[in-house]
Amino acid sequence: MAHVVSFELNGRPVSVQAEPWARLIDLLRGPLGHTGTKEGCGEGECGACTVLVDGAAINSCLFPALEVEGRSVTTIEGLQDASGRLAALQEAFVEEGGVQCGFCSPGMILAAAGLLLRTQDPSEAEIREELAGNLCRCTGYAQIVAAVQAAAGRASSREGQGA
Amino acid sequence: MSGFSFIGKEVRRPEGGDKASGRALYIHDLTRPGMLYGKIKFSAHAHARIKRIDTTRAARVPGVHAVITAYDTPEIRIGFLRDNFALKKDKVRQFRDEIAAVAAADPDAAAEAVDLIEVEYEPLPGVFTPEEALAVGAPLVHETSSDGAPRASNVLDLAYGHDSGDIEAARRASRHVASGEYSTPLIQQSCMGTAGCLAEFDAAGNLTMWAKTQIPFLAQRDFNQALSALGLRGRNTRVIVPALGGGFGTGLDTHAYEYIAILLAWRSGRPVRIVYDREEEFSCLSPRQSARTRITQGCDAAGRLTFRDVEVLQDNGAYTSWGATYPSVMLLPVTSLYRVPNVRFRARLVYTNNTYCQAMRGYGNPEVTWPIESSLDDLAAAAGIDPLDLRLMNCNEPGEVTPMGLKVTTCGLRQCLEAASGRLRWREKRGSGRRVARGVGMASLIHVGGGGKIYRSDGSGIVLKLDDFGNVNVSYGGVEMGQGLHTVLRQAVAEAVGIRPENVFVNQTDTATCPWDVGTHASRGAFMAGNAALLAAARLREKLFQWAEQVFPAEVERNVRALCRKDPAYRPPDFDVAASARAGSFDLKEGWLFLKDAPADPALRIEFARLLRAVHYRDRGTIFTQEAFYEPDTELPDWSKGRGNMSENYAYGTQAVEVEVDRETGEVKILALVAAHDVGRVLNPVTLKGQIHGALAQGVGYALYEEVKTRAGRILNPGFTDYKIPTACEMDFPIELVFVETDEQSGPFGAKGVGEPGMVPTAPAIANAIYDAVGVRVKDLPITPEKVLAALHASRA
Repeated sequence: MAHVVSFELNGRPVSVQAEPWARLIDLLRGPLGHTGTKEGCGEGECGACTVLVDGAAINSCLFPALEVEGRSVTTIEGLQDASGRLAALQEAFVEEGGVQCGFCSPGMILAAAGLLLRTQDPSEAEIREELAGNLCRCTGYAQIVAAVQAAAGRASSREGQGA
Repeated sequence: MSGFSFIGKEVRRPEGGDKASGRALYIHDLTRPGMLYGKIKFSAHAHARIKRIDTTRAARVPGVHAVITAYDTPEIRIGFLRDNFALKKDKVRQFRDEIAAVAAADPDAAAEAVDLIEVEYEPLPGVFTPEEALAVGAPLVHETSSDGAPRASNVLDLAYGHDSGDIEAARRASRHVASGEYSTPLIQQSCMGTAGCLAEFDAAGNLTMWAKTQIPFLAQRDFNQALSALGLRGRNTRVIVPALGGGFGTGLDTHAYEYIAILLAWRSGRPVRIVYDREEEFSCLSPRQSARTRITQGCDAAGRLTFRDVEVLQDNGAYTSWGATYPSVMLLPVTSLYRVPNVRFRARLVYTNNTYCQAMRGYGNPEVTWPIESSLDDLAAAAGIDPLDLRLMNCNEPGEVTPMGLKVTTCGLRQCLEAASGRLRWREKRGSGRRVARGVGMASLIHVGGGGKIYRSDGSGIVLKLDDFGNVNVSYGGVEMGQGLHTVLRQAVAEAVGIRPENVFVNQTDTATCPWDVGTHASRGAFMAGNAALLAAARLREKLFQWAEQVFPAEVERNVRALCRKDPAYRPPDFDVAASARAGSFDLKEGWLFLKDAPADPALRIEFARLLRAVHYRDRGTIFTQEAFYEPDTELPDWSKGRGNMSENYAYGTQAVEVEVDRETGEVKILALVAAHDVGRVLNPVTLKGQIHGALAQGVGYALYEEVKTRAGRILNPGFTDYKIPTACEMDFPIELVFVETDEQSGPFGAKGVGEPGMVPTAPAIANAIYDAVGVRVKDLPITPEKVLAALHASRA
């Protein structure tokens, strides 16, 4: 029997019916139409489906849909601002060459976003460690790591200016 | 290099924003009204007779619209040798054989119905290694050829070979000889976006296919043949290519699942989408071919190569894809990597009951560069010569014609060898790290850099369509699969036409709107697209400048009036505009039309968009749409003789690696890697680095981690937990890229193809470094800790 699950999706409240066995990715890509979340393996091996739940990166293919009740979910669609302008992190992925085929990009960017929420200026080793659960077959990761470093640098320099 | 406005610059990837924000639509994201979900029933045996198929229960599942088998649909033959079928009848030859398929309103109903299809088999003995397949009296995978003629063996009727010089005489005259047997494994291309397609018929029986393909126009032909089989002769297929979640060669053939989607859509009267899940991708999509290679090569006392003798045996699997033509590319390194006067090459492919194989990046080249470059280090050791010196001594040079008949134009191999070794500090490190189990190794490559003629045409068409606003809409038949084709195409069009990159829009690849192209393979995308763009742009500019003669003087008058309004003191230039406005006097650059004699005068420049509007909105005006077809000046080789200049230029490169080996565990840690590549010209540093970094990671995976494991034809590791591709942590070592610019005349703006070379020499460079570090040579990829340990134990014994 389907339940109604209510949560905050990219800053807006949503309520949607979910079967008890549904995964978060099913809700996002199905009734909620957020197809920016990609399914690469369905088994938590590749990270393409990464989204943020209360700011922490999780594999939405393993996450039970009903578990998001009352929580806050950020998908790739929620990173840009209201006018559709890309966030600095997304922009850095494009500029630095962190995007090729793009299938891993939403999950990769959200994994990096989760890291940057915790750590403003992560080391290269921290970035690589954090992204180890997100597979990419195109880039060899060098430009992805550079993108995260660039975005972190921009964020900290902006804060420096504001202080 | 000066003079370019946009070539060599970090021009932004046009579709990058859509991909970074989740807007890009992949096959997985496409839906159509009334669309059904297709699902395939695969074989439960590697080799068996099909005794009975019962679909009754499947058809009764609520939501199921169609259940099909080979017994109730027309036969559709597919594949390079037409030895495969969309659905299998009578006999299965591999575990993944497609026996039946279902289309249902939701994926769960489709899966349930597939489970309810009952199949009764009579198992047959199978052949699972090339040796078993070649044994006398071995079961035949195919009893007949596609033309119905009985087959006597499991050897494919494809002949690849090469003979030049006198191998035996050269062998006798050689001072040093190295030989060995090497192997490369099946590996999975591992596109992050799995395979899939969407098929939809219109009322007249024409088909639209959204396909994950690298060959939209060859696929159109294949699908039109399928329409004929359905009794829809003369109907047409429109192939549309959505965003691809990676290609790497998986899109060079049409696949049974695509024909099954067509059959289901035709049977149900609804659009049908089939998307593989990851397990299906691993188990049911063709991997890269494996290869076993026996190599012998020799040199004289000074180290000059005397001969090279290479025999390759490949496990083709149960059916034949274009991947069976890997030996056509093997010919390049075998005959032409370093100067070697006497060459013998033989390649055989055999049918087995293993999964059938297909293309992947490098296409045969890594398979033989592995033994050639590994064995070269053995030869250097036998001759007592530093491997770097051996390579320098035998280095290819510009202007040479190789035994295969490759006409080497530019060749940066020497610079690559010097750069890679220099940056890694080769002379200092080689042979000096043994005490701490550290070592350095290198390997080089040759690959096609100017297209690769494997079809009767190696051509590419382009259409540039101009609008009213100074934009150029580009229709090109090649496929963007992440490599950055559309980025460099945008740059090339902007540069060649004389507008800004943001005014170039590359249309979605679609056989209905794009001109014919043979496919995106052989590192040819940027090379072909760039050359086609240059051809079209030159013609377009000619026509633009002719029309500019008529509209320019009036536009200059408007400029002068505007400048006078702004500044009453303005005085127009003393210039006879009407006399100067001749087609040959104009230039167009970065979106401005101006006179070459007065490029900076604000009165004598008009925006490109204004020129277009002036030509559109006048009596007897015109529009601008320019096509061009670029066909490289190359030869389709004679494969049995292994001769023919198949590319307009050749790409070279050298990779040098430093490793540390753990003698206790056998683990190999890469400490540093330098990749020096002759790229002709850097078109875009960001996309170029992306191509090399990405290929390197695949090369590292090939060298150390990746192998599709099988037992009696069944794939044992169909997921990323058991099939390891490099993560950001495995790639955590310093990588230095060096781009050698040789300014290749056949290349667009001097560029060579770069898509594949990056993964070609990585594995032998690593293996050679391991040899330097601990003195053992592993000859079978991947170089796992177990193999290194075994080799270390054997060397101590």
